Amino acid sequence: MKLILGLLLSLTAFFANPAYAASSKVALDNVELDLSDKASLQRGAKIFMNYCLSCHSASYMRYNRMGKDLGLSDKQVKESLMFASDKVGDTMTVAMRPEDAKKWFGVVPPDLSVISRARGTDWLYTYLRSYYLDTDKPFGTNNLVFKDVGMPHVLWQEQGYLRKDSDNQLHALTGDQETAFEYNMMIRDLVNFMAYIGEPSKIERLALGKWVLLYLVLFFFVAYPLKKAFWEDVH
Amino acid sequence: MRLLEWVDARFPASKLWNEHLAQYYAPKNFNFWYFFGSLALLILVLQIVTGIFLTMHYKPDTKLAFASVEYIMRDVEWGWLIRYLHSTGASAFFVVIYLHMFRGLLYGSYKKPRELVWIFGMLIYLALMAEAFMGYLLPWGQMSYWGAQVIISLFGAIPYVGEGLALWIRGDFVVADATLNRFFAFHVIAVPLVLLGLVVAHIIALHEVGSNNPDGVEIKQVKDDEGIPVDGIAFHPYYSVKDLVGVIVFLFIFSIILFYMPEMGGWFLEKDNFIPADPLKTPEHIVPLWYFTPFYAILRAVPDKLFGVIAMGGAIFVLFLIPWLDRSPVKSIRYRGPLFKMALTIFTMSFLALGYLGTQPATGLYTLMAQIFSVLYFSFFLFMPLYTAIDKDKPVPHRVSQ
Repeated sequence: MKLILGLLLSLTAFFANPAYAASSKVALDNVELDLSDKASLQRGAKIFMNYCLSCHSASYMRYNRMGKDLGLSDKQVKESLMFASDKVGDTMTVAMRPEDAKKWFGVVPPDLSVISRARGTDWLYTYLRSYYLDTDKPFGTNNLVFKDVGMPHVLWQEQGYLRKDSDNQLHALTGDQETAFEYNMMIRDLVNFMAYIGEPSKIERLALGKWVLLYLVLFFFVAYPLKKAFWEDVH
Repeated sequence: MRLLEWVDARFPASKLWNEHLAQYYAPKNFNFWYFFGSLALLILVLQIVTGIFLTMHYKPDTKLAFASVEYIMRDVEWGWLIRYLHSTGASAFFVVIYLHMFRGLLYGSYKKPRELVWIFGMLIYLALMAEAFMGYLLPWGQMSYWGAQVIISLFGAIPYVGEGLALWIRGDFVVADATLNRFFAFHVIAVPLVLLGLVVAHIIALHEVGSNNPDGVEIKQVKDDEGIPVDGIAFHPYYSVKDLVGVIVFLFIFSIILFYMPEMGGWFLEKDNFIPADPLKTPEHIVPLWYFTPFYAILRAVPDKLFGVIAMGGAIFVLFLIPWLDRSPVKSIRYRGPLFKMALTIFTMSFLALGYLGTQPATGLYTLMAQIFSVLYFSFFLFMPLYTAIDKDKPVPHRVSQ
């Protein structure tokens, strides 16, 4: 019980902490996503399966559902996107055991099914582009957006390495403008895919919405004259 | 009609229909503010129906709850729609109820002879808060967990019995599986039963005394030869067709939110609630859902924990007393004097300001503002017997105005 009280008191203290409001975060880059861009989603899926799904799961997402929404047949999904599972109706689980993950990375890599809804897509887009070299870290990299993150810079082969200057600005050590642009496009595809698995029904939701609204408008033009007609004799 | 006669000889079907709809005479001058009663009823039905379907797929188990909600969102046919209807409906319920309550304040609908209508309404509001609070634990996200943790531990502030009480509510030393299971039971059966009973009582009491109106005139005082109020019109068909228009407009706004912004920028579905509950990791910013924030701001405005809890409870309880605190013979704001108008304006602004402050970290200036607005909030009630008694009210017309 003392624990609960202490917890509450520390919370109260936390809220009363003037530093709280000042705990400013890195300005996030805005990313324009398009869930109807199936080619982008397919490219994103490929990156996700190759780089993310070896350590992270997306255990609420089914392979065949993804195939259906991305315009891929079960066969295509099986051949080009399924490495961790053998049944197309499976969810995207990961083979790595949580104990091992804990041992290797210090934390169990979180499930990515709804990470786009928890963190926001701008955050993901900025985060995946903000790794820099840091010799103090076990994997040699750190992140501007997520300080001391357990995950190494998995995509270094695509981006190359960045270094941080004294003003917290990142500069590429290798590669040119083109590499940077291509990497940004690649991350955009990946984040687009992560936004998709965050809420696969969103495509359906947006499509249905306008019909519901149209129906209500039509209904209004029936109901309002009806009300007028009934109320004619009320003075 | 032979069937109806057969039924009527055994059950008062026609009698009930007439008493509550076809021959229930409501004032003819209802305005915009009078849509929210029927809308609240609509949302109650919506929540119950969507809730039944959610219950078919949801699992009240700490290991399965979060995943079962995502299962509903992905694998259940139309599950996403049912879930969003329920989550958007919860917030819409409070929007509608707050506007409905504000209408009561505007037109003095709590005043004699409608004190019990108001009391039943306040009990509904209390039950609704319990319903929303317990329902919010069920998705078992971080905010579900930590919100419940903080709110339940408030009971620990009560001297002597508090900590035992909090333990008894949780069924464990922290919010855990036992808590989730019992909250599920309360959310899907116990509180809805109470709510339904209270709604019936609210409507029976209302139909006994008759509806108030924007003029605050008792229409029953002027009746025609057949005993029908001259300024009254039958609820059905007049208000059934009018409320239908209100329902359509409401559903239009509701659908825009549901289909295009179901999270409402984190106000209806909080970002942190897409992270499964983790008892070892406190989120950096624990905020209750928007409809509790005015009271949360009052809680945090008081430096002492026990008095904070008392102030928060008092802020809700004092609303029960308003029929007896208001000494003015005039009901409607239209014929009230300047003092009441000013008091109500300040009160409304304080309530909204507290609602905003409850979402913000309680830092220096914010805390001071919350304290000022809390004082103003309570002043509305505390000084009500005074300012309503000396206010310069205007003469109330004999009949409703056009």
